[in-house]
Amino acid sequence: MDDLKQTSTDTKQYIVIALGVEQYGIDISYVDNIVKLQKITRVPKSQPYFYGVINLRGEIVPVMSLRRKFKLEDDEFTDKSRIIIIKPEHQEPIGIIVDIVKEVVTLSEDDVEKINADLKDELSKYIIGVGKSEKGLISLLNITTVISDEQ
Amino acid sequence: MDVSQYLEIFIDETKEHLQSLNEQLLIIEKEPENTDTINEIFRAAHSLKGMAGTMGYKRMQKLTHQMENVFSEIRNGKMKVDANMVDILFQCLDALEEYLDNIQESADEGTNDNEPILKELEAILNGNSAPKQEEKKEEKQEEKKSEEGSSEVPYKNFVFTDFEKHAVEEALEKRMHVHTITVYVDESCLLKAARAFLVFKSIENIGEIIKSEPSAQDIEDEKFEQNFSICVVSSESLDKVIGVIKNVSEIKDAVGEEITSLDAIKCAKDAEEKKEETHTNKETDNKKDAKAVKQPAKGKTNSKPVVNRSVRVDIEKLDVLMNLVSELIIAKNGLISTSSDAGNSGSQAFNEQIEYLERVTTNLHESVMKVRMMPIETVTNKFPRMIRDLSKKLDKKMELYITGEDTELDRTVIDEIGDPLMHLLRNSADHGLESAEVRAQRGKPEVGTVRLDAYQDGNNVVIEVSDDGNGIDVEAVRNSAINKGTITEEQAESMTDKEVIDLLFKPSFSTAKKVTDISGRGVGLDVVKTKIETLGGDIEVKTELGEGSTFIIRLPLTLAIIQALMVELGDEKYAISLGNIQTIEDIPVSDIKYVQTKEVIHLRGVVIPLIRLDTVLDIENTSEEENLTVVIVKKGEKLAGLVVDRLIGQQEIVIKSLGKYISNSSKIISGATILGNGEVALILDANALL
Repeated sequence: MDDLKQTSTDTKQYIVIALGVEQYGIDISYVDNIVKLQKITRVPKSQPYFYGVINLRGEIVPVMSLRRKFKLEDDEFTDKSRIIIIKPEHQEPIGIIVDIVKEVVTLSEDDVEKINADLKDELSKYIIGVGKSEKGLISLLNITTVISDEQ
Repeated sequence: MDVSQYLEIFIDETKEHLQSLNEQLLIIEKEPENTDTINEIFRAAHSLKGMAGTMGYKRMQKLTHQMENVFSEIRNGKMKVDANMVDILFQCLDALEEYLDNIQESADEGTNDNEPILKELEAILNGNSAPKQEEKKEEKQEEKKSEEGSSEVPYKNFVFTDFEKHAVEEALEKRMHVHTITVYVDESCLLKAARAFLVFKSIENIGEIIKSEPSAQDIEDEKFEQNFSICVVSSESLDKVIGVIKNVSEIKDAVGEEITSLDAIKCAKDAEEKKEETHTNKETDNKKDAKAVKQPAKGKTNSKPVVNRSVRVDIEKLDVLMNLVSELIIAKNGLISTSSDAGNSGSQAFNEQIEYLERVTTNLHESVMKVRMMPIETVTNKFPRMIRDLSKKLDKKMELYITGEDTELDRTVIDEIGDPLMHLLRNSADHGLESAEVRAQRGKPEVGTVRLDAYQDGNNVVIEVSDDGNGIDVEAVRNSAINKGTITEEQAESMTDKEVIDLLFKPSFSTAKKVTDISGRGVGLDVVKTKIETLGGDIEVKTELGEGSTFIIRLPLTLAIIQALMVELGDEKYAISLGNIQTIEDIPVSDIKYVQTKEVIHLRGVVIPLIRLDTVLDIENTSEEENLTVVIVKKGEKLAGLVVDRLIGQQEIVIKSLGKYISNSSKIISGATILGNGEVALILDANALL
């Protein structure tokens, strides 16, 4: 019984998304909303990984591409593409485009393997750990670094 | 007693009084004999004392009390204003401001007793000749007893009109008692009007009030200090009446006397006149003094405002209101676009209603904007004092001229613009103006001029801070930049003067040869620039070595909703603020000329550079038309022609920020707006394009 309680406090829910074949998890506490693709207004002279801005219920929300940020092939928009609206505490919301939103998983701390930032691999700073679920490995995104401006 | 709910009002009003004191002291420094001003000062100090006392701020009260004593001496002509006194009085104001800051932060006045200042005030008071000093002490004691501003018992000053005199006469004939009584309300009493009402009420049981000072209406509106006077006709004796009054709670004291003959009140009136006469005899200038005696009474009615019908509203509430108006306008735009999407089938009645709605929203927006607008005076009125202090500190003679104080700006801008302006003025005073010797050598007037001019220019408000000092030494800036490693020597050579001056706005760049505590630490102009840019404005400098420099700040008039021209480039829509647009022209491609490989057009005698927006905004140019649609925009004197593909039309748009994530280093996009169909269009900042 005690064990159960212990684990339940250390579990977190993640939204599982996919970019190509790889699965990523986003801590659900950061997620404000998931919306279908809509017209994105391009903002000239912005960072290359920004598609532009959308109108989310009267608010202007910038939308970025995870694929461009991770230096993957450019997005292909399908009817499964989604914009995940991230709302970090005390910050403005920001949208990220993903190929598909799969499911929500609950991972306990034991299921997560922390990885240390590898200086050689510049993309590793975007990942805080790898979660193991029945459906395979999920790279857990470090939202703070993903949405920060650094390249 | 809980006074916290009055704290905000107290803070606001104290600020106003302090500001007025500052202004009046500046006047009195120049015209020590100005009786109007002295009276004004006395009143402000007196109200401050009363307010501080009510709120229980003892130290503040003590200080203002001493100040009031000094002013009262001046007012009574027992002392003359001199420079030393003004300096100390300014120090008092600073100390009071310090108290106020503490109160604002922690609802507590702090523990600084400001003993030195109190001593100096004491010294001023004691500086009078001995007999006067005694008199002063007497007065003080009396003051302590009654805690009243002046030693006179107000009821003795009753002036009766003919009608009232008649009433008294009648009463005396009927063998009734006529009493004049002054009632003192407890200083901690918060509902003075209510207490006064109870006094009136209880007197009405035993007699009739034929006159009150101030008037019954004013008492009801709480327009009196700690006391008021009444004239009562009653069959009861004076003691009885006073006893009834004292029965009302929070009434501290009541004193009075009985009027037994009509002559007594006539005397009262005559005494007033006599007083005036003696005054006039004392001084040589009869007319002037008579005016001076009358003025206080007149001033009183003026300063207790001509019933200022206004409400203090929390700025946040206005923000909410503004947001709601914004949403209403977006909704209205949505309605317009759905009705036009549905084809022209929409009935005429529907269109009329939409037009009506449009008019209402536009007016609503304007009204809300106006509510949020404040004259720039609220910021600039503290500058004369600052320049005065700087002038003493720097030992340079200078004069500040302010024009356009009534130019209005959004409240949020007003709140933020004070510091940058202060900084620029300090710069002008410290670095700009030369020392007296240099000025003499250059044949400039001894007194330096610092100007602050504000005016409206289209959808912008322009504030210029200028001086007739040294101007910016471009070479000195260039060398300093090279020395600091900000730029290389080659860069320096290729830079235009303007680019060099722009270096001044870079972080930690100061050319002052010596650091003073006024300016020159290098944390200056860049902060000014950043602040102004966050307000959506920009700043530029014009300077002439040896002649002076001018800093020109350009701020948007409104922050939220503007009229804009919608244009199309490729399949993207952009908005350009109507305030920037001068004309729209149809230009044949063949009319384009080249000046230094740059495209220009020649329009009605003016050469205007063309800006290809598609290139600037990285849009593929597909149109190969023979005629170009050119939107002529202006910024100050400068003009430019923006080439667009198509015009959509004029629209009222709500400005939204792009947020912090998207870098907008080129600043050509000043924000975004939501169109009627829910799409987002970007707003082009013509000022940044120029």
